[in-house]
Amino acid sequence: MTEPDENPNDPSEQLSQLPGHSSRGRLERVLRRGDFAITAELNPPDSANPVAVYERGAVFDGWVDAMNATDGSGANCHMSSVSICALLTRFGYAPVLQISCRDRNRIAIQGDVLGAAAMGVNNILCLTGDGVQAGDQPGAKPVFDLDCMSLLETIRIMRDEKRFLSGRKIDDPPQVFLGAAINPFAPPYDFRPLRLKKKIEAGAQFVQSQYCYDVPMLNEYMKRVTDLGLHERCFILIGVGPLASARTARWIRTHVPGVHIPDAIIERLHGAADQKTEGKRICIEIIQQVREIAGVSGIHVMAYRQEEYVSEIVHESGVLADRKPWRREPDIGDDVALEAAEKKAEIRAAVQT
Amino acid sequence: MAEPVTEPMSGAIPTRPAYQPAGVNPVRRLGSKYSLRLWSVRNARTLEWVYTTFSDMLLSFHWLWNLIGYHRVERPIVFIEKNVKGLLFDCRMCGQCVLSDTGMSCPMNCPKSLRNGPCGGVRANGNCEVEPDMPCVWVQAWNGAQRMRSKSNIETVQGPVDQSLRGTSAWLRVTAERANARRPAAND
Repeated sequence: MTEPDENPNDPSEQLSQLPGHSSRGRLERVLRRGDFAITAELNPPDSANPVAVYERGAVFDGWVDAMNATDGSGANCHMSSVSICALLTRFGYAPVLQISCRDRNRIAIQGDVLGAAAMGVNNILCLTGDGVQAGDQPGAKPVFDLDCMSLLETIRIMRDEKRFLSGRKIDDPPQVFLGAAINPFAPPYDFRPLRLKKKIEAGAQFVQSQYCYDVPMLNEYMKRVTDLGLHERCFILIGVGPLASARTARWIRTHVPGVHIPDAIIERLHGAADQKTEGKRICIEIIQQVREIAGVSGIHVMAYRQEEYVSEIVHESGVLADRKPWRREPDIGDDVALEAAEKKAEIRAAVQT
Repeated sequence: MAEPVTEPMSGAIPTRPAYQPAGVNPVRRLGSKYSLRLWSVRNARTLEWVYTTFSDMLLSFHWLWNLIGYHRVERPIVFIEKNVKGLLFDCRMCGQCVLSDTGMSCPMNCPKSLRNGPCGGVRANGNCEVEPDMPCVWVQAWNGAQRMRSKSNIETVQGPVDQSLRGTSAWLRVTAERANARRPAAND
C-alpha cells in the first residue's frame, strides 16, 4: 500500500497538510488513520560518522513508522538526538526527537525545537530524563529547568500560540506531533493514569510506555485509562523489547531504573534451551497480547543492541497484517545508504575471514 | 528510554551490585532521616487547615504590610518562612510554593525537581531512583493529597519554575496577589 501523497522524488519532503493534523509527518498520519503503529528505538552511535546513523536507521527500514532518537538515555553521552534526527530526515525516515530536561534549560530547548522542526522533524517526545547519577558522568550538573509536563506545555504554546514561553512571537511555528512517556509499572500506581491525564492536558498527543513485561498489570492500568476516556484523547504506544537472556533480564531489573520484570519471565528464560530465541518469543507474545487491549494504538520496540531482530519480531507478531510501513527506495535520493550497506557487507566479510 | 550503563553481555562482572547511583553522596544524606518531612505528609490535612488559616491571617494584615512596605517586611518574613518550612518540609525556597497542590510534600526535594508527578524510575518500594534511601517525594505527595480536603489539586499542571523568584517569600507574594484580586471586587 503506497500513500498517494508520498514524495517519491524527494523522500525528505514533508507530506501535505491534512485538516486536524498538527504535523506533516507519517507517524501522526498512520495513527490518525487508525492503523496499528510501530515505532522503534534507535541506538545512538558514539561516533561523529553519519554513516553510523544511516546504518542504524536502515535496519528498521520498511518495518517501523517512526524511529526514536534518544537524548543521552541513561545519562550517557552519545550523538545528540537533534543531529540524529536531522540525518534521518535526509532519507525520509520519520524520526521521533526525544528531548530530556536533564541537560538543557528552556532557552536551549526552545531553540532546539525550532531547529529540529526546520530540519523536518515532525515528532517530539518530551521526557524528564534519567538522573545524571545513572550515567557515565555523574559529576555533571543536573539542569531540570523544565520538567516533562512544562516541556510539553512549552512546545504546545510554541506550536499553537506561535510564541516562546516569554511571549515573544514566532514567525513560523514548529508543526510537531507531541509525545510523552508513561510508566504504568512503577508506584504510585493509582496516580499513574491521572499523570497521563495531566500530560494530555499539557499537550501530549501520543505516549510511548516503558518496557512492558507484565501484561496483567498493563491491563489494570489501561482499564483505568479507558474509564477516564484518555485513549480517545491520545494515542497510546506500549513499549516492548526482547530480553537476550535471564542474566540480562536480572541485570536490567537491578540496574535500570523503572523497568519491572516479573519473576515468571526470568524463570521462563532461565529454563529455555535457547534463551535468545525464547526472549524473542516472549516479546512476540507480549506484542500479540498488547494488541488486543482496548485503547492501545501501537507498540514501541526497544531492542537495545538487538536492533537487527526488530524486523523479525514485527513480522512474526503479525501486527502489521498486510500493511507495509513506508520504506525508502534504494535507487533514489543520494547514495550514502547504499555505500553504508556495502561498507557493512565489507566489514562483515572482513570479520568472517 | 532506559539503557544499561554497561553491556551486560560482555561477560564482565557488573561493577555495581544493584542500581546505586554513583553521584549519591552518603555524607549529604547522613543528617536527614526525612522524619519531619514524612510527618508533615501524614498530617497533610491538619497542615492544610493551618496554612489556610495562616494565609487568611496574613491577608488580614495586608494594610500593615502595605504601610511598612512589602519590600521591607520581605527579609524578616523570608527568615521565618525559610526556617518554619525548612523544618517541616525541607523547603528549598523556590519562592513559588505549591505544597497545597502536592500533598504537603515539597517537590523541590525531588532530585529532578519534578513539579508535576513522579518520574518513571520510582522503585517498587516507593523510594527514589536517584537516592535509594529517600522515599520518593511524589509517592509521598500522592499519599498526602489523599488526606487533604483539596484532593484533586494534585492534578493541576504546574508551569515551569521562575528561577528569578528563588529565595523570595511565597507567603508574601500570595498575600499581595490575593489582596490585589479582591480589590476590583471591593470596587463593585
